[in-house]
Parts: sequence; structure tokens; C-alpha cells
Amino acid sequence: MKAWNTVKITFPSKSVNEGFARSAVAALASQADPTLEQVADLKTAVSEAVTNAIVHGYPDVIGTVSLTASLLEGNVMRVVVADRGVGIPDVARAMEPLFTTGGPERAGLGFAVMESFMDTVKVRSAPGKGTRVTMTKRLGGR
Amino acid sequence: MTQVTLRQEDDTLTAQLAGEIDHHSAAALREQIDSRVRAAVPAVLALDFSAVTFMDSSGVGLILGRHRLMDSLGGAVTVRHAPPGVRRMLAVAGIECKD
Repeated sequence: MKAWNTVKITFPSKSVNEGFARSAVAALASQADPTLEQVADLKTAVSEAVTNAIVHGYPDVIGTVSLTASLLEGNVMRVVVADRGVGIPDVARAMEPLFTTGGPERAGLGFAVMESFMDTVKVRSAPGKGTRVTMTKRLGGR
Repeated sequence: MTQVTLRQEDDTLTAQLAGEIDHHSAAALREQIDSRVRAAVPAVLALDFSAVTFMDSSGVGLILGRHRLMDSLGGAVTVRHAPPGVRRMLAVAGIECKD
């Protein structure tokens, strides 16, 4: 599907940018006349993906996180969150609910939340090269 | 801005949470709550989400971590007054909210 509007941002993997990233996506989504619940779902999924990049992609260094949000024909929003961090050795295992390498204060629900709150979620990752999460959600319908 | 107000009544310590809870803000909330819990050792830690405007799974981690702490001290955690957005997140985690 062709995009009729796209926003690309890059930012350092600092936790203070989690709020910025989800607010930026919500601002773009507002152009597609979403419901409040759809905006909340988008913000939550983006927050999860960006937090994963910050916590797991760059566990010991500050790297660059890139976020590309597009409004596609058919009122579908696509969000791509990518890092060039350590990557995920076993994507299928990482996507299992409650699996985490982030310590006792992480719930291990990031991917489960993304899958629950978005229509589609795809994860591509290679150890040492980084991770790319692509999510879509249809908006509107009020 | 995310903040927590702590109030003790009898053997219950209530943490009134407000604002957006994510990985960034959860660290400060955790420190403030844990510090007070260790000093007061309440029987119940009540986490009140009524003024929370956004929460991702970092909020679930906050609840689970406080549950572990209270369990180690012989106490319990209750989750209260979660707005609809927070309830959706709690449902994914299988956490019950008592109002």
C-alpha cells in the first residue's frame, strides 16, 4: 500500500525519548481521524517497541533508534522501529509472553502487548546487526 | 509529569500514581515507593492508578516488582482504581484490579 504521509525521526536510545516517540506517532495518526482507543493502542505499542530498542538493543551504550511512521491508503498506519544494536538471537523465543532478559523489573510483555494492540507485528533481527519491528493498525471507523 | 503521593493509614500504605508510566518514569516511582515500604513495612501496599493517563508494560513490571518486595516482607499488593487504558494493559498481564 502506498503511503500518503510519512514521518521519519531518529533519536538517541535515551529513555527520556520514549514519551517523545509515542507522542510523535499519535500526532501523525490524528490526521487519519482515529478513535481515542486506537490512539491509545498506537502509543502503547510504540512505547513498547522503542523501550525494547533502548533496553535490549543497546544494553550498554547509547545508540541510534529510528522510527518511521506512515499513513497508508485505506487508513492504515504503519510504524517501523529499528535499531543497530545487539540483535535478538531467537526472535520466536523473545516474542513468548513473560520472556525477558531485562531483569526483575521488566514484565516480558512487550511483544505480547504489541501483538494485542496492533493488527500486525513483524520482527526481523540479526545478532550484532540490530532489530527492526514493523507494525500496522487500521484507523478510523468512528 | 509522572508522580507518586504516598499516604499511610493504619497498616495500609497507598501509592497514588499520576501521569504517564513508562520505562523512563518507572525507575523514580520504584525508588520512592520502595524507600517508604522499607521504612514503614505496611501489611498492604495499595497502588492507586486513578490519575494515570498512560501506562505500558513497564507499569506491569512496577506492580510485579512491588509484589515481590511486599511478599518478601510478609505483606501484599493491591491494584486499585485503574482507568480503562490501564485495565487493558492489566488484562494482558492477567492482573486483577480491585476498586
